[in-house]
Formats: sequence, C-alpha cells, structure tokens
Amino acid sequence: MTILTSAFHRLRAAISAIILCAVGISCTAEAQEPIKIAFIDPQSGTFAATGESGYMVLDFAADYFFNDKGGILGGRKFEIIALDNKNSAADSQIQLRRAISEGIQVVFSGNGSAVASALSTAIDRHNRRNPDSQVLFINYAAVDPILTGADCNFWHFRFDAHSDMKMEVMTDHIARNPAIDKVYIIGQDYSFGKAVGDAAISMLAAKRPDIQIVGNELHPIGQVKDFTPYITKIVSSGANAVITGNWGADMVALGRGIMDAGLNVPIYTFYAAYDGITATLGEAAKGQIRLVHNDHANPILSDVRRDFTRAYKAKNPHKDVTQPRLVNALMMLAAAMEKAGSTQPYDVALAMEDLRITTMSGEEIWMRADDHQVFQSLNVSVHTNENIEFDSDNSGFGLLTEFVVPMEETITANNSCRMTRPQQ
Amino acid sequence: MLRKSIVWIVFAIVLLVLPQIFTSIFSISIFTQMTIAIVFALSYNMLLGQGGMLSFGHAVYFGLGGFLAVHALMMIENEEMMFSVTLIPLVGGLFGLIAALFIGSFSTHKAGTVFAMISLGMGELIAASSLILVSFFGGEAGVSGDRTYGPPFFGYDFAQGIEVYYLAAAWMFVATLCMYLFTQTPAGRMANAVRDNPERAEFIGYSARRVRFISFAMAGFFAGIAGGLFAVNYEILTEENLNAASSGRVLLMAYIGGLGFFIGPIVGAIVLTLINSLLSNYTTLWMLYLGILFVLTVMFLPRGLTGFLMMHRVPWHLGKLRLLAVPYTLTSMPGAVFLLGLVAMIEMSHASGSEFVYLGIALNPDGYGSWAFLLAVTGVAFYVLRLTLPRLRDAWSEANTITRKPDHAAKESGGQS
Amino acid sequence: MIEVLIFATLNGLVTGLLLFMLASGLTLIFSMMGVLNFAHASFYMLGAYFAYSISLYTGFWPALIIAPILVGLVGALVERYGLRRVHKSGHVAELIFTFGLAFLIEEAVQFFWGRSTMNYRSPDILNFPLFTLFGQNFPAYKAFMIFISVSIFIGLYYVLTRTRIGIIIQAAITHPNTVANLGHNVPFIFMAVFGAGSGLAGLAGVIAGPVLTTFPGMAVVLGSIVFVIVVIGGLGSLGGALVASLLIGLLQSYAIASNLGMPDLLNLLGVSFASDHPLNDIWRLTLPQIAPILPFLLLVLVLIFRPSGLFGKRES
Repeated sequence: MTILTSAFHRLRAAISAIILCAVGISCTAEAQEPIKIAFIDPQSGTFAATGESGYMVLDFAADYFFNDKGGILGGRKFEIIALDNKNSAADSQIQLRRAISEGIQVVFSGNGSAVASALSTAIDRHNRRNPDSQVLFINYAAVDPILTGADCNFWHFRFDAHSDMKMEVMTDHIARNPAIDKVYIIGQDYSFGKAVGDAAISMLAAKRPDIQIVGNELHPIGQVKDFTPYITKIVSSGANAVITGNWGADMVALGRGIMDAGLNVPIYTFYAAYDGITATLGEAAKGQIRLVHNDHANPILSDVRRDFTRAYKAKNPHKDVTQPRLVNALMMLAAAMEKAGSTQPYDVALAMEDLRITTMSGEEIWMRADDHQVFQSLNVSVHTNENIEFDSDNSGFGLLTEFVVPMEETITANNSCRMTRPQQ
Repeated sequence: MLRKSIVWIVFAIVLLVLPQIFTSIFSISIFTQMTIAIVFALSYNMLLGQGGMLSFGHAVYFGLGGFLAVHALMMIENEEMMFSVTLIPLVGGLFGLIAALFIGSFSTHKAGTVFAMISLGMGELIAASSLILVSFFGGEAGVSGDRTYGPPFFGYDFAQGIEVYYLAAAWMFVATLCMYLFTQTPAGRMANAVRDNPERAEFIGYSARRVRFISFAMAGFFAGIAGGLFAVNYEILTEENLNAASSGRVLLMAYIGGLGFFIGPIVGAIVLTLINSLLSNYTTLWMLYLGILFVLTVMFLPRGLTGFLMMHRVPWHLGKLRLLAVPYTLTSMPGAVFLLGLVAMIEMSHASGSEFVYLGIALNPDGYGSWAFLLAVTGVAFYVLRLTLPRLRDAWSEANTITRKPDHAAKESGGQS
Repeated sequence: MIEVLIFATLNGLVTGLLLFMLASGLTLIFSMMGVLNFAHASFYMLGAYFAYSISLYTGFWPALIIAPILVGLVGALVERYGLRRVHKSGHVAELIFTFGLAFLIEEAVQFFWGRSTMNYRSPDILNFPLFTLFGQNFPAYKAFMIFISVSIFIGLYYVLTRTRIGIIIQAAITHPNTVANLGHNVPFIFMAVFGAGSGLAGLAGVIAGPVLTTFPGMAVVLGSIVFVIVVIGGLGSLGGALVASLLIGLLQSYAIASNLGMPDLLNLLGVSFASDHPLNDIWRLTLPQIAPILPFLLLVLVLIFRPSGLFGKRES
C-alpha cells in the first residue's frame, strides 16, 4: 500500500513538474532533484541503538513535515541517507567522502563528541580545499563546549545545548533544593566526564557555597563490570545527591547499583532514558532520576507535537521520539534553504545565522550567529509513571518536566569562538 | 627472476592506473584505505604467518606510529620542524620500531600461548593508558594534524585525496617490496625455521629468541609505517586505532586472506576493506556476515581465500582446469540462490515496517506468504546444491589425478611457506 | 573507613567468585584440550540472554536450571562440529576459531535480542537487603551468588577428585592416548568437558545478568579478564584459578575503594610538579582510575617473571 502511495506521489510530482515546465515557470531540472541529507551516525555495533532511533525520527519527520506536504523550494523533497560511521572517527571520514561523492551537501551527525569534532574538522578542511563541493554540518547531539568554542567553524551548527549550558540548569535546580548539601560526582574517565565534573564544582561553588563536594570520581569508560565498589564510596560519603555524565551501559549499571544499595538520593544526569534504559531502570528509579534536556516529553506542549508523536508511534510502535531536536534542526535547515532560495551550503549557512523558528512544541529557538549555537528552553525532567502521556520503551515510565528555564535565560556569553567566514 | 619482476611491474601499473578508472572521491578513499590495510596486514603476517607468533595486540605499533606521525604533522604546522609530508610514514615506522624493540625485548622470549597472552596484556594496557595520558594521546577525541603545511613536494601539497592516494600507494609498493625481500633473506628464512621447529633451529646455532625478536621488530616497523600513512590520510588518530578491536581486525584480514602465502594478507586486506566500506552501506548486519565468513573460513578454508585459489595450481599445471569449469558453474548457481535466500531471510527478520524490497522483489515481513516463498526457494536451492556436489567431487579428484606424463612443475604444491 | 573496607571485601568476594565460575570452565577446557577458548565469555553472555528469555515465560528459578543446560548443549555442538574439525589445522587455528566464534556470538546476540539493555531482573523472593551495615544494604541476591559459586567449587572439586568420571577426566588431561587405549571414548569426553565448561559459564551468566546488566557488550567486558585469571593462576590449575579469581576480584575492589593516588605518593616524597608539566596526567593518576587495568599489568608481570603462572606446572 505504501509503495503505491509513494509511487502516486512521485507521479503527481512529475506531472505537476511537466505542467509547470510547459507554462514556463521554474523549469529547471534541479527542481525535482531531492535534497539529500547524509545521516552519519552508528548504525551497527554497540552504539547502534541511538543512531538507529535518530535516523528513524529524522526520516519520519522529513516525510511528515515536508515531503508529504509537497517539499520545499518549489517541490524538492528531503531524502535522508543513513551512513554507518561505526562510532569511529576514521569511518566517519570515509562516509563523509562517500556523501561528497554522491553530491550530498548536508551532513547530520552527533553521537559522541570525539566523532563530531573529527567530522567538524574534516568538513572545515574539505570545504577550504574544495570550494566547489562544500558541505554543511548539522550537529544535533555532540555537547562538548569546544565545538562552538575554541574549535568553532563556519560550517558547523549545533542544535543541542552544550554540556556547560545543561550544567547551569542542573545546578540551578540543585541550588533551589535546600535539602541537598552533599554532592557526589562520578563520571566516565574522558573529556566529557571530566568537563561535567569540573563544571559542576565551579557552578555549585558559585550558586551554593555551602554545598560540599563529597566525592569526584572518574571510572574507565565501558570497562566497569560492577559499580558496587563505587556505590559503597557514595554511600559512605553521606551524599544526598549524585551528579553523573554517564551514558549507555555505564548509566544503567550505575543507576541500578544505586537502587540496589537502597540509596535513595536524586541522580542528576543527561542521558538516562530511551533505548531500553527507561525500561531497565523501571520502578526502582521512580522519582530518583533527574534528567536535563531540551525536550518536553510530558506534559506535551502542543497538538502538533502530540500528533507527530502519535503518528510516529503508529508507524514504529517499539520506538520513541528520542531526540526531537533532530526535527528542530531539520525545520531550521528547511527555513534557511527557503530564505536563501538555494541549497548551496554557503548560502544556507549564512541564512541560518541569527535565524529564529518555532518548533513543533510551539517554542521559539534561535541560532546565534557568533558561534552557531542554538538556544532553546531547557528543562529538568523526572523519571516517573505518573502523569505520563507518552512513555518510553512502552514501559509505562517516562519523563515528566519538573523545572523549565526559558530560552532567554540559557544564553551565556561566548568569548572563545573566533569564527572566520570564508569569502565566496 | 624475470617472471617475478613482471609481477611487480604489473602491480605498480595497476596501482598507477586504478584511480584513473574509478575517479570518484569515495573510490579513491577506498583505494587509499586498502593500501594502508595491505601494509598493516603484511606486517602482521611477518609475525603470525612467517614467524609463528600469534599476536592479539599488533594495533599497538600501528597506533603508536600513527600518533607520533600526527605529532610530527603538528610540529610541521607549528614550524618546529621542517620536512616533507612524504616522510611522515617513515616517522611512524621508526616509532613503531622503537616500541617493538622495547616490548619485543621481553615478549619474544617464548612463542605460543605465552607470547599471545603478553601481546593481549600489553595491548589492553596501552589502549587503556592512551585514554589516561591525554597530553600525548588526546583522550577519546584523539589528536589531529593538518597534512598540507609541509613544504610542497614537486608542487603538490597533498590537499586532495588523489595526491594522498599516490603517496600511500608509493609507500605501500616500497614497503611490500621490502617485506617480500625480507622473506628471502637468511633472517626471513630462519623465522620460518623457528616457527616450524625452534629446537632444530637452536641446534644449528641460531637463537630462536633473537630470530623472533628480529621478526617482531620488523613487523613493528612496518605496522608503524601503516600507522603513519593512516595519519596522513585521515589527519587524526584516536584510541580505536590501537585497541583490541583493531588488533582483531588485522588478524581477521591476514587469516581470511591466507597466512601461508605472501599475497594472502593482501587479498585479505582488499576483501575486508571492501566489506567494511561497501557492505555496511547495504546492511546494518554486515558484522554478522563478517563473523560468519570468518568462522566458515577457519573451518573450511584453513589456508584462507588464497589457499583456496592455490588449490587450483595442480589442476592448472596438469592442464585440467577446464574440467572444473562446468561443475563449478553447476554448483555455484544453486549455491548462489541458496545464499541469497538465507540472506533474504536474515534481512527480512530484521526489516522494520511492512515493506521490504530485496533484489527488486517486494516482500512482506509480516506475511506468511513471503516467508513460505523464501523458505521454498532456499530449500529447493539447497536440494539442488546437494545434487550437484558428487559431480563436483568427482571432477575435482579427476582434475588432480595425473593421467598422462606429468609436467615438470606438477609437483610444486604451492605457497612460499 | 571500616565500612568501606568491609563492603570492598564483600564486593571483591562476589566478583572474584563469579570470575572463578568462568575461569574454572576455561581452565578445565584448556588443560584437557590445549585450547584457550576466546569464546568462553560469550557463553557467559548467552547464559544471561537465554535466562532472560526463559524467565519471561517461567520466572527465574526454572531459567536458572534450563539456561545453563542449553548453553552447555550449544557448547557441546560447537566442540563437535566446529572445534573438532579445526583441530586438524593446529592450535593456532583453534584459537582463531574461538576468536571468530566470540565475534559471531556477539553479533548473533545483537541479531536476536537487539542492542538495547535487557530488563533482566533478580527474582522478587531475593529482592530484599540481607543486612544493613552503616546505612548500606547488602542485597540477599549477592549472598545467593556467593552461595552458588561456592557450591560449584565444592561440587567441581568433589567430581574431579572423588568420582570415577573425575579420575578419567584427569587421566585424559595427561595421558589421552592411554585413556583411549583403555577403551574410553576420548572425543566424547572432550565434548562433554567442553559442554560442561560452557554450561558453567552459562550459569555464571544467569546469576550475573541481573546484577551486572544484560547487554551485548557484557562478554567483552569480562572476556579478557577471565583470560588473565587463567594465565595468572597457571594454565590448567583449578586451585590456581580460584586464588587468581579472588586475587583479581579483591584487588580491583580495594583499588576502587581506596582514595590513594600519585598526588599522595608525591606528597610523601615531598616532590611537586607544575600543573602544566608534560607528564601531568601521570602525576594526577589515582588508584581507582587505573583499577580496571591492574589485572593486565599483573598479567604481563607474571608472564615475564613466571611464565607458568602462580600455580601452573607447564608453560603452554
């Protein structure tokens, strides 16, 4: 049935093109060419779950918001091509070259700051060395501040809040809770884990000097079999809140270890939902996990978002709308292309600077021109099964918004980005 | 001698002409990848194939060489040093050599399990340290450099992929030639002897330890060259370049290609690079297929893909290769259908949604009809395949039987081992 | 401080005994067949996944019995139709075969169960704190893990030293030809031992799955550590495997529990370095940070100075 429908769509588009052509309007061969987007993220291996979910959301959103409504720029449709980077910096470059060979001008990527940073550098270099085949880099998830800081470049646009911005929100929330006076920080032993720890310490010191940091621990990433020894230390430190940047299996294991030990303190974190994590944490973690992110999963803010989520769940009953900022990025990209009247990366990049759009949740987001960082409202959500309209992993549990910081208040000065805009 | 020279000349011409036939950026990037993989796999074969040392940590020398090469690139960029980018692989090679000299000094005392375990331990140690020692290894983000800052080499600044390809191909050619010549030296020959029987080698006055040590150091050197080429091509080195997964991949390459032959690892490197960069574009299950291929190779082709080809040397010399043509065709047709049917079922069980298009046929993963159809096709193909096997077996034994006066070369049983 | 020490000891014991369940099978297989089985931890992972799927229908307790048996059968099949075939090509080929098998099993697990973490839980009946010490719970399930592991050790020791089967197995290790001449089916014994070893690994997976989380990377995380244990303990030595397992378990647990590090050492020596020193990463190292690589350090040291391991009688 779907094949028929899409064939019908294609036929209709072709006929309308012929008619337009006959009348003499917009008769370029290009008009029907799809706008190809390379989605370079892990599609195989241990990290594939995240990449797979991301691709499905992006692909669905492209059809739902644009292609089914006739496309953009007078009938051009988005085509999302998933390219597997195996979560590796080198494979990302191989896939980038493949994308360029196929004439793709937009790259979406984001899982892992190491990969994103390698890709950002590679794209900047490629565009400098090959001005006739430039590429735009839409980073939808990598949160290392350096990407819009010292390492910023003209071709890179970030649609997630970076880790320092998220930490501001997290520490604001902690600061408002007088019951918290001892905080334990534990993270994976790499730049992100360290950045989270350092930011937490300095921000808490400024906001609540009375809070004591009772532990700041780094553990090797992905190698810890059993978190119990770490949890013993957390318990004996007397902490009444835990901050962690852990993700993936390390997050699950840490979370469950804390629950098993009977330690009932809030766990502040960034990545502790979806792709099996919510279901695994389940009842034990109820009301204990506090997640800082930019989504309003529950309560849902607009009917557009509600309809989108329902339509997505109808097509993929076992999946969730895990990263709605992918949709934000696609919407802003489309708006910038319409504004520029072209898909040339240079024109689109200029058009995207200082652009404001309204997301499907009905909120405004803004792309700052100075460093290509997007600003959006951020919130702290809690893992619970009460008042949940859209749960995750079909587990009955989901994320409920508890504390919102509006977009204007998330804006912080950035002095480290020295962006050079290429001359065309 | 002349015949061997011709092989090398043809090899060089192929390297020169390839990127002129397949000109897209992507295919050139695959060729560059292949050249790097070939050097790496050949260096691994110096250990396992020629020296009998099973290493689970060979990526360490590749990675360390590569990391130092990136640091050299950075020094060129910061004008602390001034030399051509063409020499960067040598920097990697030298550092790989130094690392191998150090680690080899204690790990090559014994061969066998002890050596394998030390290589595993050292591999894990260095991979883990690379995440801790951020100033040299750059943590999980790795270190990156820019290859275009060095003095131009005959007007080339290596900004374009094709220039890097020719640089890598040239280095690969030289390295391959050197490694081949090494197998012909007394040291290379002794490596084989020590692999096969260390005691006898000791009796005729060679120290097995020293022979292993020399092979090990040379393998480290060439792995470092491969790492240096990687640094020039990707301009970034990360922890994944020296971890256990990379070490495993090079073992896979060498083994699937065929350990006993000099060109074995070359075949393996080419096949695995193609699987890695092409197959992954068609299916997310490519690692599953790779795993199956690997296990089947170990079980049924212990001498690798090259070993399989080399099995045909006897029929070839007997002039009976054409006897096999018809049975091969007869077997491979149902065989191909059988394999495609299996793959279809694997893919279909993983397809999401209700449409699944395979080889232009629209199938429905939720419907019994599609499953029954595939099962029937695969089952019939399997049955037909079984029917063709006796004929193939007969043809094979016939092709390997001397019926007339044997050729002078018929006794040569293949391989340089 | 004392509570940290007590819990570190308990944790080390739990981990160490769990590791022993894996190491015992591995060392048995090695001493008998001369094969270092790289896929051993993969059988452990299979145990956890099988148990998870079975427990969805039957609950935990039947899964505890059925899953290890299934894993044992898979192991026996692997030996009969895979390893025995490869055996002709020599030990290196066998090692590489198990290496490829580990790779394949990981992919197969992802194929059948997906890449997400499985929601595999300990049974409700054991879901209570056994005792609470200094405000921290010690889950009853962990005591259950200790109980199972100790029973396995005693059972294994009994079978190997006090029963006829054990004596045949021991004889087959050292004198396979003589045992064959006495009319025993040595290939069958090999298959049975391989199956039993895999089943033990499977059992370890069944009881560890709920605690250490069931996910596709769980074999890799444990795989090389088990190798380290078998080599440190001495290849083929059951007692050595026990000592090495407990040693590694406790070593890691204490290392994590401690707060010591290079800064303390430097303070003690009265040395200090500027914070922009090129080796600053080393001067800031702490013991918990390097805890997971300690086993590998130990492995390399043991292999250099005592290649036969702590209790081993032969080298390879």
